[in-house]
Amino acid sequence: MNNIFTDNIKTIEFDALIIGGGGSGMRASLELAKSGLKTAVVSKVFPTRSHTVSAQGGITCAIASADPNDDWRWHMYDTVKGADFIGDQDAIEYLCSEGPKAVFELEHMGLPFSRFENGRIYQRPFGGQSKDFGKGGQASRTCAAADRTGHALLHTLYQNNVKEGTNFFNEWFAVDLVKNSKDEVTGVIAFSIENGEVAYLKAQATVLATGGAGRIYASTTNALINTGDGLAMALRAGFPAQDMEMWQFHPTGIYGAGSLVTEGCRGEGGYLINKDGERFMERYAPNVKDLAGRDVVARSMVLEILEGRGCGEKNDHIFLKLDHLGADVLNSKLPGICELSRTFAHVDPIYEPIPVVPTCHYMMGGTPTNINGQAYTRNNGQDELIPGLFSAGEAACVSVHGANRLGGNSLLDLVVFGRATGMHIQQELKSGGGVDSSTKSDINKSLERLNALNDSTSGNDPAEVKRELQECMQNYFGVFRRGEFMKKGLDQLSEIKEKVDNLHLKDKSNAFNTSRVEAIELQNLFEVAESTAVSAYIRNESRGAHARDDYPDRDDENWLCHTIFDPLTKEVSKRGVNFQPSKVEAFPPKVRTY
Amino acid sequence: MFGKKLHVSLYRYNPEEDKFPYMKKYIIEKPEKDIMVLDLLHLLKEEDQSVSYRRSCREGVCGSDGMNINGKNGLACITPISSVIKKNSIELRPLPGLPVIRDLVVDMTEFYAQYEKIKPFLQNETTAPEQERLQSPEERDKLDGLYECILCACCSTSCPSFWWNPDKFVGPAALLQAYRFLADSRDLKTEERLEALSDPFSVYRCHGIMNCVSVCPKGLNPNKAIGEIKSMLHKNKKDIIASDRI
Repeated sequence: MNNIFTDNIKTIEFDALIIGGGGSGMRASLELAKSGLKTAVVSKVFPTRSHTVSAQGGITCAIASADPNDDWRWHMYDTVKGADFIGDQDAIEYLCSEGPKAVFELEHMGLPFSRFENGRIYQRPFGGQSKDFGKGGQASRTCAAADRTGHALLHTLYQNNVKEGTNFFNEWFAVDLVKNSKDEVTGVIAFSIENGEVAYLKAQATVLATGGAGRIYASTTNALINTGDGLAMALRAGFPAQDMEMWQFHPTGIYGAGSLVTEGCRGEGGYLINKDGERFMERYAPNVKDLAGRDVVARSMVLEILEGRGCGEKNDHIFLKLDHLGADVLNSKLPGICELSRTFAHVDPIYEPIPVVPTCHYMMGGTPTNINGQAYTRNNGQDELIPGLFSAGEAACVSVHGANRLGGNSLLDLVVFGRATGMHIQQELKSGGGVDSSTKSDINKSLERLNALNDSTSGNDPAEVKRELQECMQNYFGVFRRGEFMKKGLDQLSEIKEKVDNLHLKDKSNAFNTSRVEAIELQNLFEVAESTAVSAYIRNESRGAHARDDYPDRDDENWLCHTIFDPLTKEVSKRGVNFQPSKVEAFPPKVRTY
Repeated sequence: MFGKKLHVSLYRYNPEEDKFPYMKKYIIEKPEKDIMVLDLLHLLKEEDQSVSYRRSCREGVCGSDGMNINGKNGLACITPISSVIKKNSIELRPLPGLPVIRDLVVDMTEFYAQYEKIKPFLQNETTAPEQERLQSPEERDKLDGLYECILCACCSTSCPSFWWNPDKFVGPAALLQAYRFLADSRDLKTEERLEALSDPFSVYRCHGIMNCVSVCPKGLNPNKAIGEIKSMLHKNKKDIIASDRI
């Protein structure tokens, strides 16, 4: 793989190219494959190994099954409030109103949802859900396939892509975007992990559907593959990222292992206790207790631990109590959790509580897009679409989750916006849209990083640098943040940057060389971590998942806005939040309590 | 477990450098606490960047890291080393029966081809209702133990019938999925699905050896599903003969 230039690699041409074979990527590809456009999915793992597979509790959507009077507007209200009012309301309206269509389509494709006695899809309560705009009590709005909803969804999407004959480049790794002189995106440079073949995959539309990047933290529920590859490619190409300070810490990651324990456990009636056996959420969220927003529950848990009421020898975790639900409920509704808990916590939830701790879970930020999945950049304080570039799912920031995502909304996000992106690309390309070609030197530019790594003869060990990066993010940009600490973190990041720029790839072989993949992933993680750190340091308030010790209050006067990180200047600017839904009145900001 | 050395014998093969595969010995400090086999591989990889294996979710749901651990197929990420160590040693090999790409990474093309062959998607060409198709909890219960498959290939690659005829015998993993759609009250292609499986190889090469059941990391039972398919095939054949007589 030495000295790769445009002249010695293949160009393979498509109408639409999707980077990432998870839920949003495969929902987009399904739409496009059905339309007859020449479509390909590039996935660094076989698609059913994507992280969507780990989603457990369900997909939140007002399909009016548990409650025939349920209304998407109530779901919209909950989502706006959950987002602490910096979610774009046009996008949230689209998410919640289109949601039922997207969920019924999944059912028609064969997704094995659990069922109620009347044969309709089973729905369970999740955190932050209400009826009648917060006035009618707890809602049950999360559609579930036991506690394996992500697995069922991802496999169903893959199966339907097989049915439609989608092209898959499985175990191919996308390295960098290719741009032409007009700054339009014309595809990616990618290589086959299996044999090292490098190719320019050229496309009229390139969709980043690469998911999250939870691996910037030392402790995360995310798969090892969640390294923010798409977002990092966009940043390196000079395109901005939005709301990168907003990272969700899930209240219940298994202590020590990080594996996720679904919020559905608390939806089914489980609750958190401290070392005294006290159900402490009654103090922090008297109305909905353990089903408050995830940010609220995670902070409450950290406070309990900091105040010495944590469980275990080191008083450093919390217990999730489920045994009172009984073996029948646990085996039928939460079988996967029982399995995970026995394997990773050595605890059987039928008899004992599960040790849990808030764990990095979800990236609310990402490449900014509109509701058609079109990515945009900023020009003189205005949004400007990037021709040829799209994004959907966790990699994108559309923004429906604002400062805090509600449980069950990520699966809905990826099917609704994967679908919308596919529909829009179809429309655009069929009406003659597209991009100009890139020149050889444009393409060579996107090969530089791969060549540099292949040419490295000395430098830093990627595994060591990765550990340093993850510890830095964990220490300085975790659940609670403070200016002076974040400053230290930023200083440390600039030292890490030098190391990341000088990695040594010892193994230069071509056949299934996972160390090459891991070195590129580390570079991607750094891009995401840097944008996170810079954005977090700037936002001088506490909102949603971004909790500052030194600015404990929400500040709507100055910070009712998105942050936009510019990778070229490393500076952050503000962008207004959309308060213009088309079918309902906007929900104005108010104090957020549960 | 303190202070003792752990002997790891790892299957190594890099097609660019090695004429033949070989077993490489690594001797490491035995970890203080019990770790998973996948964590053990991470330790080896830190020592030797060139060690290659697949991994993703690290919690037993993505199916990437199926391998042969001390002679038995399993997922590295949910197999504690304490459960497999014999005489302070552990032997790791790729899944048997499939071509090796490198080290623990096998070429799964044949495995996926069998999966695609059984048409692993719901077939129902009636007009879909505006809402979901209804399914009773009892009908839905029939999919339990089937849909949870993670395509790790531990079962098919432990099956002598699949080793022998990977191109003609569908294998336990894909047959489990074949039955998942046969058992789904919403699927309307039962006849066609059975017809496609009625040759002497697709299903009937299963001789009930049961390796699939003993290795499945998700506790599923492909053998039982294959038995159900065989019953359906027999019943179908009888029905056809009966209708011929009329």
